[in-house]
Amino acid sequence: MEVKDIKIKGISYDEFKDNDSLEKYVEELRANGVGIITGVLDDIINWGRSNSLWPLTFATSCCGIEFMAVGAARYDFARFGFEVTRNSPRQADVIIVAGTIVDKMAPVLKRLYDQMAEPKYVIAMGSCAISGGPFCNSYCVVNGVDEFLPVDVYVPGCPPKPEALLYGMMQLQRKVKMERFMFKDKEVKENE
Amino acid sequence: MFDFSIWTNWIDQFLRTNLPEFWALAIEFVVVGVIILALYCIIALALIYFERKICAFFQCRLGPNRVGPYGIFQSVADMLKMLIKEIIPINHTDKFLFYLAPFFVLIASILAFGAIPWGNGLQILDFNIGIFYILSVSSLGVIGILLAGWASNNKYSMIGAMRSGAQLISYELSAGLALMTIVVLSGSMQLSTMIEGQKDCWYLFQGHIPAVIAFIIYLIAGHAETNRGPFDLPEAESELAAGYHTEYSGLQFGFFYLAEYLNMFIIASIAATVFLGGWMPFHVTGLDGFNAVMDYIPSVIWFFGKVVFLMMLSLWVRWTFPRLRIDHLLDLEWKYLLPINMVNLLVMVIVVIYGWYF
Amino acid sequence: MENIKELILAKVSDAVIEDKQYLTVTVKPEDLRTLAKMLRYDEGFDYLIQLTGVDYGDSLGVVYLLAKSEDMAVCIVIKTATADKENPTLPTVSDMWKAANWNEREVYDYFGVIFINHPDMRHLFLTERWKGYPLRKDYDAGRDVNPLDLKSYDMSDTTVSYVSEGDGIKKIEKNLFEEEDYVVNIGPQHPATHGVLHFRTALDGEIIKKIDANCGYIHRGVEKLCEGLTYPQSLHFTDRLDYLCAHIYRHGLCMCVEKAAGIEVPERAEVIRTIMDELQRIDSHLIAWSCMCQDMSALTAFIYGMRDREKILDIFEETGGGRLIQNYNVIGGVMADIHPNFVQRVKDFIPVMRKGLKEYHQLYTGNVIARERMIGVGVMSKETAIAYGVTGPSARASGIHCDLRKMAPYAAYDKVEFKEIIRMEGDSMARYMNRLDEIEESLHIIEQLIDNIPEGDFCAKTKAIIKLPEGEYFQRVEGGRGEWGVYILSKGDKTPYRMKFRSPCMTLVNAMDTISRGGKIADLITIGGSMDYIIPDIDR
Ligand code: SF4
Repeated sequence: MEVKDIKIKGISYDEFKDNDSLEKYVEELRANGVGIITGVLDDIINWGRSNSLWPLTFATSCCGIEFMAVGAARYDFARFGFEVTRNSPRQADVIIVAGTIVDKMAPVLKRLYDQMAEPKYVIAMGSCAISGGPFCNSYCVVNGVDEFLPVDVYVPGCPPKPEALLYGMMQLQRKVKMERFMFKDKEVKENE
Repeated sequence: MFDFSIWTNWIDQFLRTNLPEFWALAIEFVVVGVIILALYCIIALALIYFERKICAFFQCRLGPNRVGPYGIFQSVADMLKMLIKEIIPINHTDKFLFYLAPFFVLIASILAFGAIPWGNGLQILDFNIGIFYILSVSSLGVIGILLAGWASNNKYSMIGAMRSGAQLISYELSAGLALMTIVVLSGSMQLSTMIEGQKDCWYLFQGHIPAVIAFIIYLIAGHAETNRGPFDLPEAESELAAGYHTEYSGLQFGFFYLAEYLNMFIIASIAATVFLGGWMPFHVTGLDGFNAVMDYIPSVIWFFGKVVFLMMLSLWVRWTFPRLRIDHLLDLEWKYLLPINMVNLLVMVIVVIYGWYF
Repeated sequence: MENIKELILAKVSDAVIEDKQYLTVTVKPEDLRTLAKMLRYDEGFDYLIQLTGVDYGDSLGVVYLLAKSEDMAVCIVIKTATADKENPTLPTVSDMWKAANWNEREVYDYFGVIFINHPDMRHLFLTERWKGYPLRKDYDAGRDVNPLDLKSYDMSDTTVSYVSEGDGIKKIEKNLFEEEDYVVNIGPQHPATHGVLHFRTALDGEIIKKIDANCGYIHRGVEKLCEGLTYPQSLHFTDRLDYLCAHIYRHGLCMCVEKAAGIEVPERAEVIRTIMDELQRIDSHLIAWSCMCQDMSALTAFIYGMRDREKILDIFEETGGGRLIQNYNVIGGVMADIHPNFVQRVKDFIPVMRKGLKEYHQLYTGNVIARERMIGVGVMSKETAIAYGVTGPSARASGIHCDLRKMAPYAAYDKVEFKEIIRMEGDSMARYMNRLDEIEESLHIIEQLIDNIPEGDFCAKTKAIIKLPEGEYFQRVEGGRGEWGVYILSKGDKTPYRMKFRSPCMTLVNAMDTISRGGKIADLITIGGSMDYIIPDIDR
């Protein structure tokens, strides 16, 4: 599937920013071609996965309040099926790192991430999670969670507006939709 | 009233004439099993969607609306995801029990599910002790929860499981006694006979005051048995993270998730069967024209209508009340519901002996 | 106050007494306890408002700000310092004011000062493996000293305490929990701790025997950062401490700088600030209410609260540009004039909120289950509240008059009339009701001001570079969760020499152990909700 074919209800392809990096990503994924059956299976599975991204309730500071606001009546991320926030990392699909991560919290966050079941995604919400934000010069603030977590989507802002987070989550949906799920490991091995 | 047993009997006859008995039965078993599982799955998915929409409605939100028209495929997407999610093997757990627990919960609810009369002639199991059977198999689920809590080797799960045990043992009593009240009235434990007995008037109205009290108590106790808010202490999201299923991931968690919704359905359908006449249409003695009109509505629709109504009640409660504390929960059962229930049973016996019912 | 000077001199003859913003007494460490005892038990200074460690360069000192519970406006400052930078020790005052317990641990964290006889001398914010003392002036903030360590370590179950014995100091190790305790970790990532707080809870069945609260999971080192930034630059940190009272906190810091620099704030700005403060207070109390309901698992109530809160955010967004964090106050006034729609929007909002309040009472306050869970749960006596230095709605639920808007009015609060909500029960229900009633009072304040916003400038002209004259400055404001304070020690530069923020939430969490013992796990959650703490505010 090409990036262009991925439909997100309500937003057209051109309205999305950063289509280039997604396209590059797709090219890498499709380098070996796609099997017909596995391709179709992939599409079905990805449809399911992308529409059912359950976030972990995780928030450390200010951005967490905006995360709560996204769940509340006005923004309502239930529309996308994200509202089943799980308190146990084992059952969550995406961790939204909302807020500053400091040295003492970093091992905890790492552990939470490790406890999540595959396939799992990370959204870095807010400048703190992206780069340390206003606190980047501090003696004990981690300058971006990508130092130790594979971040899928960055949502900038301090704090990002709820709309921005929703947009970020839609970007994640697009990313999920393009992924290879079936026989992923086997092909990776062959490539090596 | 259309009787579905015409179809089922015809299929049975057809198979038996063409095949030896052993194979005929075998095919029937498989078909029935597949139907149960499929229904189970479909109903659970529908319920999940239903609840999410209703909850959104209570909370001035929209609820899922992206996947398919009005978001009706939302729970299908969830299921697909759940199926391929990794099941994390966890160290330091009691492996055997850990893997067994979700099946226990699921099987208990499927067993109870099988005995529910769906419509006129649509019932898989019809014992002479039907009510008794449903009560006993549906309470097996708690063993699964206890196992899950114990085997997870997690303190939250442990506390959740213990709470669940205390809760289920107490409320099982009330639920049983409330149903017993109606058994006294109907004089039978067989579900089909009970439904037949409500031909002219549902037991809720036949037994008037004691039946209404029993109905309310059953709703409360049944709601508590499903472990849903305000009785969701074993899960207690804000206290115990995810309670007894904290350590479960992927499909195993999916089993718990499905069973939770299905239990809600089972409780509602038992209440509908015992108190509201199951698939039996609403009849008023004397008004023959009215009764005939009512008979035109298929029995399956009657059944589902009642169940949906009862589930709406349950959802309403779920999304309005805060959670009870464990001691209040036990107080409610042992200090109020149980004594009331005992007296109520006695009243019912008197009512029946003197024939003071409709 | 003259009288007090004599009394102090009679007790401690070589105390240095100065009349500054507050009466300031400087004593030697040996005399600290004598003076403290006298002030605490004879003079009625029973509130320890602030305890600040300072690195004076050649010595390490502590500044205590004390107040009286009878009249919160009466304050006194004690200062002491030790010249020993290798093994600095000072006597503890945590037996007199329980609030000192965590504050002294914080000073230990920041400066390495060991408090003799302190019952629990562990690190508060930093880990046990942290090297150096970050707020000392000679600390090199380089990452190579304390690199990011992703390994999870077991937490130690013991604590230490240093007691004086003869001439020397003896180190005593103590166990935090008993051998047979069933200890459950609630947090740092838990849905009901309102952030990343970590309660280690010893349970007996469902009953709580002891709580050991650990914080520091969001310790961002704001105070150190402020030392390197100019005053206008450091403003934006206050917004991010307690993000639900962003406006109020920033107001506090602005006022402190304005007072110190002698900047006259136009009246219009004062009124706008007051209105914004009150809107922010409503916002904060709404979230508190919503989250408390959510903690008790009433999700619908949570969503209702969040829904009504959005209306306030709209007002903020229109005028200030930010929803949650507005960055609206600046030194000398406010950043921009109010939006033309502002007055109308606020007026529209007031009846909506009143209606909302009624709805909340119907939905939740009257609910049997909610009442059962709140009434009589987590009773905080007046003495406990004072000992821990608890302020704000939670303290007012225990019968303490501590509303700074009344006691020490600032901005336009002396021009409006409003009630201070006091309840005597001290339980979760009282705290819960206090918040809802305070929303009503805030609406009342806004009503009085909204039609009378004076014309004029919205911001005073200030110099491009603001330098504060040498000295110490305090400012206290009434935040949504209690008294928030700022302490600035200036050496005449454009950056502060030391800046300290007084956290109301720290006192609340500090008191949690005392008030939740004997309750159930579910009570802990209710109490936490009713106390309504914000963790980044504690950790700074
Ligand atoms: S990015 Fe800004 S709003 Fe978000 S956590 Fe960091 S400081 Fe707070």
